[in-house]
Amino acid sequence: MKRCKGCNGYSVDDKMVKIANKYKGVKGGIMGALHEVQDEYGYISEINQKYLSDKLGVPLSEIYGIITFYSRFSLMPKGKYNIQACMGTACYVKGAEAVIKAFKDNLNIDVGQVTEDGLFSLESVRCIGACGLAPAIVINEDVYGKVTPDMVPNIIDTYRKKEATK
Amino acid sequence: MKKTVQDIENIRTQTKLSMKNIRIMVCAGTGCTSSKSQKIINNISKILKEKNAEGISVEKTGCFGFCAKGPIVVIDPMEIFYEQVKPEDANEIVEATLNNKVVERLMAKENDKFVERWHELNFYNKQKRIALKNCGYINPENIDEYIAVDGYKALEKVLLEYSQDDVVKIISDSGLRGRGGAGFPTGKKWLFAKQVEGNIKYVCCNADEGDPGAFMDRSILEGDPHSVLEAMAIAGYTIGAKQGYIYIRAEYPIAVHRLKIAIKQAKDYGLLGKNILGTGFDFDIELRLGAGAFVCGEETALMNSIEGKRGEPNPRPPYPAVKGLFAKPTLLNNVETYANVPKIILNGSKWYSSIGTETSKGTKVFALGGNINNVGLVEVPMGVTLREIVEDIGGGIPGGRKFKAAQIGGPSGGCIPDSLIDTKIDYESLASINSMMGSGGLIVMDDSKCMVNLAKFFLEFTVDESCGKCPPCRIGTKRMLEILTRITEGNGKEGDVELLEELASSIKKASLCGLGQTAPNPILSTIRYFRDEYEAHIKYKKCPAGECKKLMNVHIDPEKCKQCGICKKTCPVNAISGEVRQGPFKINPEICIKCGACIEKCPFKAISK
Repeated sequence: MKRCKGCNGYSVDDKMVKIANKYKGVKGGIMGALHEVQDEYGYISEINQKYLSDKLGVPLSEIYGIITFYSRFSLMPKGKYNIQACMGTACYVKGAEAVIKAFKDNLNIDVGQVTEDGLFSLESVRCIGACGLAPAIVINEDVYGKVTPDMVPNIIDTYRKKEATK
Repeated sequence: MKKTVQDIENIRTQTKLSMKNIRIMVCAGTGCTSSKSQKIINNISKILKEKNAEGISVEKTGCFGFCAKGPIVVIDPMEIFYEQVKPEDANEIVEATLNNKVVERLMAKENDKFVERWHELNFYNKQKRIALKNCGYINPENIDEYIAVDGYKALEKVLLEYSQDDVVKIISDSGLRGRGGAGFPTGKKWLFAKQVEGNIKYVCCNADEGDPGAFMDRSILEGDPHSVLEAMAIAGYTIGAKQGYIYIRAEYPIAVHRLKIAIKQAKDYGLLGKNILGTGFDFDIELRLGAGAFVCGEETALMNSIEGKRGEPNPRPPYPAVKGLFAKPTLLNNVETYANVPKIILNGSKWYSSIGTETSKGTKVFALGGNINNVGLVEVPMGVTLREIVEDIGGGIPGGRKFKAAQIGGPSGGCIPDSLIDTKIDYESLASINSMMGSGGLIVMDDSKCMVNLAKFFLEFTVDESCGKCPPCRIGTKRMLEILTRITEGNGKEGDVELLEELASSIKKASLCGLGQTAPNPILSTIRYFRDEYEAHIKYKKCPAGECKKLMNVHIDPEKCKQCGICKKTCPVNAISGEVRQGPFKINPEICIKCGACIEKCPFKAISK
């Protein structure tokens, strides 16, 4: 653990120290650093923002501006299983809206929200390029193609069961 | 280890020989990977090991384009084509290949005959693969295979034989134009960047392919990443740059992975880095990941993003050629544009300019999607007609439905209606009907699609992706979306169409960048060709295609209803009343959510909207 000045005594873990050191002095390195923080923690916390600001010499306001500009970065943690429903044109034309609605109804959350148990979050995303499989959804690393609304309860169940057996 | 020109030639000769062996090529593009092609590769490779099969190898390769029939496996050099292969089929494929046989049940059939070689499929008949030439033939993660198909030969030729002016002349004479959408002559762009004075210049590659439904650039980077690296090095030599950046979407993990491998391999061989091929020319390439902002496909926004800022566009001039990345002169081209460059250098500008039409030379890659049988990636010479793409290559519309329109160029493009299906696909012909080439997304729509709703869909996208810097785009698109929303919900007013046209024209004129300037295009083109649909929504509160839910009226035809009760069981909100064999069922419009589930389930087609 390392303490940083400007973090008001909060501390960050070793992974953060590593990421910050990697991008220190790299031209335009803040984007790369934010990518790594997002991938590592699933979101970019305020403490980590302050730490990066301090280490990379980028004002906190600017970092906040960057995070909120790009949809890939998030300020809030996502669900353990993040459901990304593709809303690209090909998926849209093949009925992606109905699929999203089925997820909303089954999970009782809206797009952009996390279920109470923290298990699922739902996002509608830009074209993932799996247009041959339209409509497509991605849950963490798994891609599901040609999804219909009646497949949705089963898909959700797969992950619920996975959790229950753990 | 760094290689000399002679070393590279030796690798070429050796790898060419080894590539003559039997190779089981498995598509490892994003589409086929999602349908378990990696598992197919693992299974085949395991079986090959068990059987000690010498002289046969399994390789991953780039997109064959026929994504509708994926995963695709091709046995080279015989080019035997297997479609919709499953991991369980691995054993059968290996057995057949070892015994010089084929697995008939996995082969494609056309006109009751098996298709023996993959490019004999009707799907490839009218295609010409230049940018996609190596996709499906080489393993993109092996630089030796790229070298074997004359890769890095163009770079060698340029460095050893050509002056900077020679290269500009070849590219100019070839007639190559920007494949990112605008169609600016590439040779001119290179000339400007070369002419500008400056010790430090940059070469950038725009791989932020953001149009929904477009995956041309991704497929090139996944299937043939070295062709882009080679072209960027050639561009670097031509304009006097030592550093290149590829800005790629983080949503393309496979492409990012392959690019990383390719850059490392090229550096190891000394084809990137210091003193390339002993000629004293230095050039290096770095990757920069996008983070999900459509506007970053705009050149000035893209450069801001590489610099680690919010990806907002800047006014032009100054153009990037004068003041671009890190305020230095910068050359920016799209992936597909670069992929054409090595082939033009090797085959000459005359060869390239002999393909295509008078003003649009070469080929264009399209991502064909939507309501069409052969969803996939196609590369056609400029000047083919939309009909040829839809009917001959795309195999027509599924489900016995009719072609209604094609949206070309994504959210910045326009639709082409049935009446103009014989329009030639080239920059000028498309512009003349108020559409545009765009980056290459081509979405086909059948007669069940409502064009007002489609325009709304694209506008939702642009409203979402507008960066907010300039008011015409930020506020104007939002207002247009509100109008479209009320039209699709049955609250449209007389004069709404005219209001949309007026707003569209102001937004086009006053927006800062390409995003805003082209955002009204889908609305203008749908109004132009489907004005009657807008009128039907506004005046008669009807959606002719039956897609707009708020205007939908689901009802059961009492004549056709056989009183089976399936619809009642299907209805998720209990809006249907009636008892089995006790008279026709009825839908309560107050409760009905117009989901359409009953329409699909009714065995007697008694329910309609």
